[in-house]
Amino acid sequence: MHELSIAESVVRIASRQADGRRVTKVEMKVGYLRQVVPSALAFGFGLLAEGTPVEGAELEMEQVPAEGRCRRCGVVSGLGSFPLQCGGCGGFDLEILKGEELMVESLELEEA
Amino acid sequence: MHRTAVKKVVLENVLDANDTLARANRDVFDRAGTYTINMMSSPGAGKTALLERTLERLRGELRLGVLEGDVQTTLDADRLARFHIPLVQVNTDPGFGGECHLDANMVRSGLGELPLDDIDILIIENVGNLVCPAEFRVGEDVRVMVYSVTEGEEKPLKYPLMFRSADLVLVNKVDLLEHLDFDLEQFLGNLDAVNPGVRTVLTSARTGQGVDEWCGWLRQRLENV
Repeated sequence: MHELSIAESVVRIASRQADGRRVTKVEMKVGYLRQVVPSALAFGFGLLAEGTPVEGAELEMEQVPAEGRCRRCGVVSGLGSFPLQCGGCGGFDLEILKGEELMVESLELEEA
Repeated sequence: MHRTAVKKVVLENVLDANDTLARANRDVFDRAGTYTINMMSSPGAGKTALLERTLERLRGELRLGVLEGDVQTTLDADRLARFHIPLVQVNTDPGFGGECHLDANMVRSGLGELPLDDIDILIIENVGNLVCPAEFRVGEDVRVMVYSVTEGEEKPLKYPLMFRSADLVLVNKVDLLEHLDFDLEQFLGNLDAVNPGVRTVLTSARTGQGVDEWCGWLRQRLENV
């Protein structure tokens, strides 16, 4: 359940950035390679938001598919499943370009 | 009264707080000249047993210290107490429902108990868990994973997060290979698929196989610092 620790951190970030207002929505990006279970994260978020400016806020998670550049053939391809493999030549030596995001993108705040 | 929503762009990495604390831990280790290893595995893969063999071998040669992470109990720390080395237990139980991993802050809470200036290598034995510990840097120089051959060949594909982040994989309990259907070549292939070129050592905490090689790897770390 690393989702709980992640949820705790998301609530903390949103509370700090709320400028004393109520947060109605938190938008995040979650990369495929983070192995985060969205329902577990949403559950933890709802629980931990109680009693904070984030209470009742919607958590919107944009899932970011993995993408990598092959160090052998240079092709950039989507990495849909494990093992991560170049879509061009099948090579395994990849520079990960996308899929490791774990980011609070923006908040929706109630106007004071 | 009508309330409208305003959007505020934040762009903040969720793990920044942990990473910042991890860097602070790393500074503490660097200043003390302590090389730090984050040791991770499933429950029961043999981390503590391998540590016992390691301490038997290296005690008197290198100054080792151990930070034990567990959800509850001091059973692992009790096993290592006989070596009379700097040892601290961090229970993650006070966390929300008992955290399944060590994070940078929990490790920091244990550092005050350790005489880091007198420790060459600090081994942080993480909570047994194949997913969560991989997300949280604690200030380590390297990550060592212990994987036992009773866990099956396919786990690197199922739990790539941790296998990808390991700098060394100790493949433990190899004394059992003759009794198992475990296909070692297939496992090593799967491991290489998620972490190309990662170094492995075949070990048995029971027979002592591979412990010399692992201890040699540890000595090399200090030579490179």
